[in-house]
Amino acid sequence: MNKFAFVDCKTVDEALGQLGDGATVKAGGIDLLDLMKDDIVFPAKLVNIRNVDSLRGITVSADGLQLGPLSTLSEIADHPEIQRSYSALSDAAGHAATPQVRNMATLGGNIMQRPRCWYFRSTDVDCKKKGGGSDECHAQAGENQYHAIMNNSTCAMVHPSSTAVPLLGMDAQVELTSKRGKRMVLMSNFYVPPEKSVINETVVQPGELITGIFVPAPAPGTRSAYQKYGEKESFDWPIADAGVVLVMDGALCRKASVVLGVAAPTPIRSKAAEAVLTGKTIDEATARAAGKAAMQDATPLSQNGYKVQLFQTAIYRTVLLAAGQMQRDPSAIG
Amino acid sequence: MAPETATLEGQQVAATPAKQPTRTDNFVFGIPQDGLQTKQREVPLDEPPPLPPNSELTYIGKPTQRYDGPAKATGKGKYTADVQLPGMLYARMVDATIPHGHIMSIDTSAAEKLPGVRAVYVIEHVYGVAELRNPKLDGPSRYPTIRYAGQPIAGVAATTQQIADDAAKLVKVRYDAKPFVVDRTEARATDAPAVFPGPADEAGSAGGGGGPADVPQKGNVHGPERRKRGDTAKGFAEADVLVESEYFTQVQTHSALETHGFVVDWKPDEVTVYASTQGTSSVRSEFADVFKLPKSKIRVITEYMGGGFGAKFGAGNEGVVAANLSRKANAPVKLMLDRRQEHIVSNRPDSHQMLKIGAKSDGTLTAIQLTSYGTAGVGTGAGTAGPATNMYKCPNLLTDEYDVFTNAGPGAAFRAPGHPQGCFAFEQTIDELAVKLNMDPLALREKIDESPARKVERQLILERTNWRNRKSAGSDPGPIKHGMGIAQSVWYRFVNMDSSCEVRVLRDGSVELMSAVQDLGGGTKTILAQIVGEEFGMAPANVVIRIGDTRYPIGPDSGGSVTAGSITPAVRDAAYQAKGKLFAAVAPALGTTADNLATQNGRVVFKNDPSKSYSLRQVTAKLPTDEISARATRVAEYSKDRLTYGGVDFVELAVDTETGRIHVEKVFGAHDCGRPINPTGVISQINGGMLQGISYALFEQRIMDDKSGYMLNANLENYKILGAREVPEIEVALIENYIAMSSTDAAGIGESAGIITLAAAIGNAFYNATGVRMRRIPMTPANVLAGLGKVQREVMA
Repeated sequence: MNKFAFVDCKTVDEALGQLGDGATVKAGGIDLLDLMKDDIVFPAKLVNIRNVDSLRGITVSADGLQLGPLSTLSEIADHPEIQRSYSALSDAAGHAATPQVRNMATLGGNIMQRPRCWYFRSTDVDCKKKGGGSDECHAQAGENQYHAIMNNSTCAMVHPSSTAVPLLGMDAQVELTSKRGKRMVLMSNFYVPPEKSVINETVVQPGELITGIFVPAPAPGTRSAYQKYGEKESFDWPIADAGVVLVMDGALCRKASVVLGVAAPTPIRSKAAEAVLTGKTIDEATARAAGKAAMQDATPLSQNGYKVQLFQTAIYRTVLLAAGQMQRDPSAIG
Repeated sequence: MAPETATLEGQQVAATPAKQPTRTDNFVFGIPQDGLQTKQREVPLDEPPPLPPNSELTYIGKPTQRYDGPAKATGKGKYTADVQLPGMLYARMVDATIPHGHIMSIDTSAAEKLPGVRAVYVIEHVYGVAELRNPKLDGPSRYPTIRYAGQPIAGVAATTQQIADDAAKLVKVRYDAKPFVVDRTEARATDAPAVFPGPADEAGSAGGGGGPADVPQKGNVHGPERRKRGDTAKGFAEADVLVESEYFTQVQTHSALETHGFVVDWKPDEVTVYASTQGTSSVRSEFADVFKLPKSKIRVITEYMGGGFGAKFGAGNEGVVAANLSRKANAPVKLMLDRRQEHIVSNRPDSHQMLKIGAKSDGTLTAIQLTSYGTAGVGTGAGTAGPATNMYKCPNLLTDEYDVFTNAGPGAAFRAPGHPQGCFAFEQTIDELAVKLNMDPLALREKIDESPARKVERQLILERTNWRNRKSAGSDPGPIKHGMGIAQSVWYRFVNMDSSCEVRVLRDGSVELMSAVQDLGGGTKTILAQIVGEEFGMAPANVVIRIGDTRYPIGPDSGGSVTAGSITPAVRDAAYQAKGKLFAAVAPALGTTADNLATQNGRVVFKNDPSKSYSLRQVTAKLPTDEISARATRVAEYSKDRLTYGGVDFVELAVDTETGRIHVEKVFGAHDCGRPINPTGVISQINGGMLQGISYALFEQRIMDDKSGYMLNANLENYKILGAREVPEIEVALIENYIAMSSTDAAGIGESAGIITLAAAIGNAFYNATGVRMRRIPMTPANVLAGLGKVQREVMA
């Protein structure tokens, strides 16, 4: 690990004043400290925002759900209102990592995780994502069993944030604050695909801090669910995960969001799957058709063709779970 | 490893040696379920009388709380990683960043200049790997040839771990890189890069592993080691049914919770070595060899041990580096591997096995043929023929085992070396045979298996599991399919005669046991306390057990499940003899003779007058000296019979055919380890073996990058090990199997404890669930969906 300065802040202004000059924001520190210990990142300064009280808190109103970025995954998972009205989000927060990690990990940190790719996370390997001059993506012709099966021609990483999946499906917005002011960014614009920038995964600029996450109130009849699949249930990274938000009118689906987590380098919505569901009665056949449609453009690599099958299953089972037609899948994580 | 060819170093299946006075004793013999019998044996005169069955004993055979459980649970138990000595330095190993090549130069100057760095040592010889039969072929170099990424190169010692870690990064190594190969199949090609420039062999450790040295080598292919019995061509010709099969297993790393490591305090008079080891004796021997020291000047201490699974014997590179650093810095040095290094230091080799079995229509086996290829990286020891050779009655057998060298970390003995791989292939092929013969898999084994213990164990499976309700293969409708399967294991009775101890009785009534034997976590301290306690009528928790220190009488290295079978007879003998000395010393003061004294219900009584009864303390108070003691060494086995142990494990599972996830729901195991001394400890080891077996079957695999030669998942995030949610319902039935071989009849359970069978049992249950045979582990979603034909698998190993 490199030597670094550590600044403990109590207010947003204090934190903003410390940003810049190679500073990195530290909240729960779950992913960041791992990356530092493995010599993948070398921040000169850590700006600790864990003690900025104004970044905590969960508020539910008629407009929607206001989440402080320091809300822990456990707080989100255990919140009765979120469980009731934003169930995909509580599913996602409640099934990430382990109970111990969920007690430390924050929502802001969860969506700001760096990607999963063992080449990216190896000290000994350079790749184009690391910006060290290499223009290779080793995963494409290498060991890629956990890598992206869509949009993977530039960089085949996957983004592991489970909460980003429902947040994208629920049209959430992220509030970014800098010395220049605030801006709201839709989740659909928050992540940057590798084609646009192979180095940065998000639109967050140096000097900006996530100061809130807002989820608009669900339309009447909304039902949602999230499920995540791994090789094992205890503490595993997802190999497929799906978030589904359905606006139901009786058995009829008026509107659908189908979001795929680790299918592509960033979480993506599947318009094809949504089209299959919209205006239809939800049953197993439609749900399966949605799963198939979502995978029609998949471009699996040499070792991850199985993820295409797995995503089809994840989507159909999560659609049925959201629609209340299936129990939570025992094959899903935790 | 067949009993007839088994050569665990320093261990022997001992027979009664040259004439010494003996007497004839009658021993309890057999398995209670079959009706116990009596067996006559000639035993040396100073042996204690035969033990009755467990049901008649006070402490032996009774569930007993782990002797050091509270110390472990409260953190009082100090492992090697916890050792702190005054002035101790911390070290980090520098290892190779290329998989193959020569070191041109090593520049340690920047590391040495870093404030806090006290010593840097560059390795001269690499231990634990195969060595060239002709070392000159490597060419002249100051440095060992690099043959795998992660090979140790140097060590750095500093005043803090952080400084040592930083300094390790400052050691600059210049390489002349050579072509390399990390894939077993590619390494077999005639034009593959040669890992060694000529034939090379690896000796086994005290835990087994290693491979044969007298076999041919072509390119990277070392072998075959051929074993032959009868005439397989004739056997196959006589068969009514033939089964041919092909199976693949992966590389599993040991992943001990406590990484490999040492604290070495090099002093001119004595070198003190705190070692995370399975063999204090093996560490002392290798230190003596490497440093040309008399063994008497080396002290090895292993009080608590955080897991070894076969990979922790001898000094190893870590011990040698720590010792050199300590000598150079004139201070104690702690060197523990980091987690990445722990994954690279040792592993269970992979395998590609081709089996052919012939049988008569009634199931009688006529021939078995096995060809196996496996890579132990830069080591050898990938053979898998143990189960095929030693499980069933078959007159004709031919096995060819090949090691394939690759530029990857060395294999090492790993809990039942060769057997989990071998069993995965062999016990599934036996199941395939049962399908072809239209026989119940248990009934087929009943026909071909001569082991009385496994016969009883199969009966327990029938009585206590759902086996009779097993449905035909793949008959469940819907995507979730349920199935049941069984598999059997075989392991061998090895005995290490370097098993000694001393029992002291003090005037205040306390009793101490001392031996250099170490407790790996299997519960050795507990069983020794039970045995001493039984002799003295004293609760085991009150016996003081001091082990894991070579200042005490020599103990056996713990590999191949030898510990309980080797050391417990010496302990009982010493306790019995110490008691004899005590009685002789106090009898005059008690007004009787020694032979009139006995222990009964925790008291010392007169045999001829039960009303005369004393506490042990009242008796020891009469000792004329403050302490008496007796030392004993393992007496030879009472018979030349070569015994094996075995278990039968049953698995019930569900396969989700749309996600490729396997849910193991229930495991029932029936197991044999001679006379169980502490059923709690034995069952605990079996639980652990089963979980490690499930983990091997479903999750664990080393993933190598073909292009860089690195292990990509040398961490605990992507090297996946079973966790709490993957633990099924487990039930263990322990059978007592009295063998009349020693004064305790104890045996170890480490190897045959489920690690051997679970992958095969899961494979057989998978077949029963789906009608599809899984030929590859780990059974991850990727491999399962490919096995079910739902995904085209593009990369075949």
